[in-house]
Amino acid sequence: MKEQLQKDFDNIVKNLNLSQKDIEIKKFYLDNFINRGFPNRKEEDWKFSDLNQIIKKEIGQLSFYSDYTHTNKVDTSVFVDGLEHNKIVFINGRIEKIDFDYEQKDKIEIIDQSETINKLNDNSLSDLNNAFTNKSFKILVKNGYQLVKPLILYHTTNSKICSKNINLRLEFELDKNSSLRLIDLFNDTSEKNFLNIFYNFDLKENAVLKNYKVDKFENKNIKYSFNNIEQDKDSISETFILSTGSNFFKNEINCNLNGKFSSAFVNGIFSLNNNKHHEIRTIINHLTENTKSYQLIKSVLEDSSKAAYQGKIFVNSEAQKTDGYQLSKAILLNKESEFNVKPELEIYADDVKCSHGSASGSLNEDSIFYLMSRGLNYHQSRELLINGFLLDVVEKITDSEIKNLIKNLIGIKE
Amino acid sequence: MDDRQKEIENLKDYKYGFSTDIENTRAPKGLNEDVIKFISKIKKEPLWMLEFRLKAFERFKLLKEPDWQKPKYPKIDYQDLYYYSAPKSMDDKPKSLDELDPKLLETYKKLGIPLQEQARLNGIAVDAVFDSVSVATTFREELSKLGIIFCPISEAIQNYPELVKKYLGSVIPTTDHFFATLNSAVFTDGSFAYIPEGVRCPMELSTYFRINASNTGQFERTLIVADKGSYVSYLEGCTAPMRDENQLHAANVELIALDDAEIKYSTVQNWYPGDKDGKGGIYNFVTKRGLCKGRNSKISWTQVETGSAITWKYPSCILKGDNSVGEFYSIAITNNHQKADTGTKMIHLGKNTKSKIISKGISAGFSDMTYRGLVDISPKASNSNNYTQCDSLLMGNKCGAHTVPYIKNKNSESNIAHEATTSKISEEQLHYCQQRGLNAEEAVGLIVNGFCKEVLQQLPMEFAVEAQKLVGISLEGSVG
Repeated sequence: MKEQLQKDFDNIVKNLNLSQKDIEIKKFYLDNFINRGFPNRKEEDWKFSDLNQIIKKEIGQLSFYSDYTHTNKVDTSVFVDGLEHNKIVFINGRIEKIDFDYEQKDKIEIIDQSETINKLNDNSLSDLNNAFTNKSFKILVKNGYQLVKPLILYHTTNSKICSKNINLRLEFELDKNSSLRLIDLFNDTSEKNFLNIFYNFDLKENAVLKNYKVDKFENKNIKYSFNNIEQDKDSISETFILSTGSNFFKNEINCNLNGKFSSAFVNGIFSLNNNKHHEIRTIINHLTENTKSYQLIKSVLEDSSKAAYQGKIFVNSEAQKTDGYQLSKAILLNKESEFNVKPELEIYADDVKCSHGSASGSLNEDSIFYLMSRGLNYHQSRELLINGFLLDVVEKITDSEIKNLIKNLIGIKE
Repeated sequence: MDDRQKEIENLKDYKYGFSTDIENTRAPKGLNEDVIKFISKIKKEPLWMLEFRLKAFERFKLLKEPDWQKPKYPKIDYQDLYYYSAPKSMDDKPKSLDELDPKLLETYKKLGIPLQEQARLNGIAVDAVFDSVSVATTFREELSKLGIIFCPISEAIQNYPELVKKYLGSVIPTTDHFFATLNSAVFTDGSFAYIPEGVRCPMELSTYFRINASNTGQFERTLIVADKGSYVSYLEGCTAPMRDENQLHAANVELIALDDAEIKYSTVQNWYPGDKDGKGGIYNFVTKRGLCKGRNSKISWTQVETGSAITWKYPSCILKGDNSVGEFYSIAITNNHQKADTGTKMIHLGKNTKSKIISKGISAGFSDMTYRGLVDISPKASNSNNYTQCDSLLMGNKCGAHTVPYIKNKNSESNIAHEATTSKISEEQLHYCQQRGLNAEEAVGLIVNGFCKEVLQQLPMEFAVEAQKLVGISLEGSVG
């Protein structure tokens, strides 16, 4: 892999107009990545999902080079109908379009900051991202501005690429009293690619962020996404993850509650079939008084699919009056399916309310019997129970427009 | 001052902190093959036992000390320890208690352990282990009438080699982790119990461990085998003198339950926890593992962990037989600078296996406590169930309480439920108690005892009383 990395890196650097200093910085991260390789089972955070093995098995030889000099045609058919929205279109590793048609132009600023590097996460994927991202933007929502329409980020790949590594890095800053609704919509017709995504959100006082990650469509790609969220006083972040389509998807959320009365919500659904393998890992750091976090993860696992959830609530000794809650539930529908959980509490303050719960098991036969005795067939009863189980999480979405969109996507009717 | 308060005053300091001035026979300092041969020789062990030890030692040399645990400790120099220490008077084994060194009898009297005839009314068979040797085992005749074997493991190796050979290392093999392997190489003494088929052991068996000599590691090994349809309840107690340096205690405990057998293993661990500033104390790195080998077998661990500078252990159950049951009840209390990283592993392999975990952690002062557990239901363990509950109580904001459960469900017909909470004693509860005339400390004691009740109930009578007192004492001075 080493020669490949080196070769692809040189090719990419040739095509980009980078200063000598930037090349050196990128080179530094490349060397870091070469030293560390893809994360494997030996690392505690990757205990349940050995990415190194998965990439070897599913992709084999990975290429890190992409030709970013040509533009890709934007396929408008993938755009969401019936919901007016702003767009960022990201195709085959290239940002093709950023458009905030519905917003006041002076309230949003898009800053090219391809030179800055991300130091958010100390894993080898962050090194990989730093070494290979070609363009990176910062989106700044200015003081007091609340976006009228949601922003949909289309992550599109098509059959032009195969066995490629694609990196994306974006930064969002929400100034005081501003708000943003962001939907990540994954749409792939490609196969065997590895997507490596890093987001950083900086929420100032009283800002509201709602991020919905929707990986719904069947595809054979491998994805990793990392969200870092910094929250100031009174800010709110809501993250919803629908983890369904890809072969492998690991979502990581790291949330730092730095300001008093800030709160974080993370809700997630795993709905997996075949031999898909998905994971969500959350770390909520309660760093000051009166902060709140709530997490709910539900999974429905069919065939020989595997889901893993690692959730950590950390409360440091200043964070008195913390309220932290975390619940994960799983229904295993097949003998081969597997659910692994590691809900973790690390608490250094005494006046706190922290709890977690986790349950996994099969579909309740009594409930099925109840429904069948009322005239539904087995299949319908099963469907009804599973939908009800998942609806619980969807109902946590606070934005009604997007809630409907997601309900339609999953096919849950009320 | 009423009686109760007097009692508490008396108990305030670690009352087992005295040391007995007794002449010792020691192995040369350090860890090497010669020391292992020395131990084996002094124990008059057969060749296969020495080979067992040497094999473990070979393996030990390849292993690296683990460092993933939460409580960190300064590096232990394994060459700077004595691996064998025994009172000189034990060189020629006394034939009966009357020949036992009076100093030893005195020590156990002080500890409140009845070794002599008059104290036998108590009705518990005791195996007393002093540093590296077992000094006395009581009630042996009565037990042998039923066919129950209860003796020091060093004697069992000589007298019942077939049994020991068959079961020793079958649950904790010599190829296990660092500390278990170290123990396999250098273990000195411990208890051996064998309950024959269909026998219900009429009394509690118990071992009392005492570390006396300084600079000594205690490596005891306990092996309990419950044959088909038998039942045994086993108790373990531990104390050590107050010393400024840290002492290592790395024991191995193996339990084996065959068809329809039940083993109940209770521990009240009260090793010296170190002083208020965290100086001294025992490193309690113990490997305890039970194997439910037969159908319908049951193993139940109950532990009250109040002592030790660092406690690092996970009593586990391997539920291999169909319909077998594993239970784990634990109270862990840390105060001052104590640290604990404890929990359990329930490994479900057989069909219809059940396990239950109740863990209560209380941390006060500057202490740090971690519950770390694993529930693993394998694909073959259909229709299995696990219930886990771990609650932590924090007193003050200088201490920490952590929960790190690993839950793996690989069988769709099995259910796992896990709950954990962390909180402090609520003002309302305290207020309510104080309003009714209890002072703050008594109120906390009462609430904590209530918090622990589910686990305390699991202990045999004699232990329950002691444990309840211990809970009160360990938290002494942590209120207000």
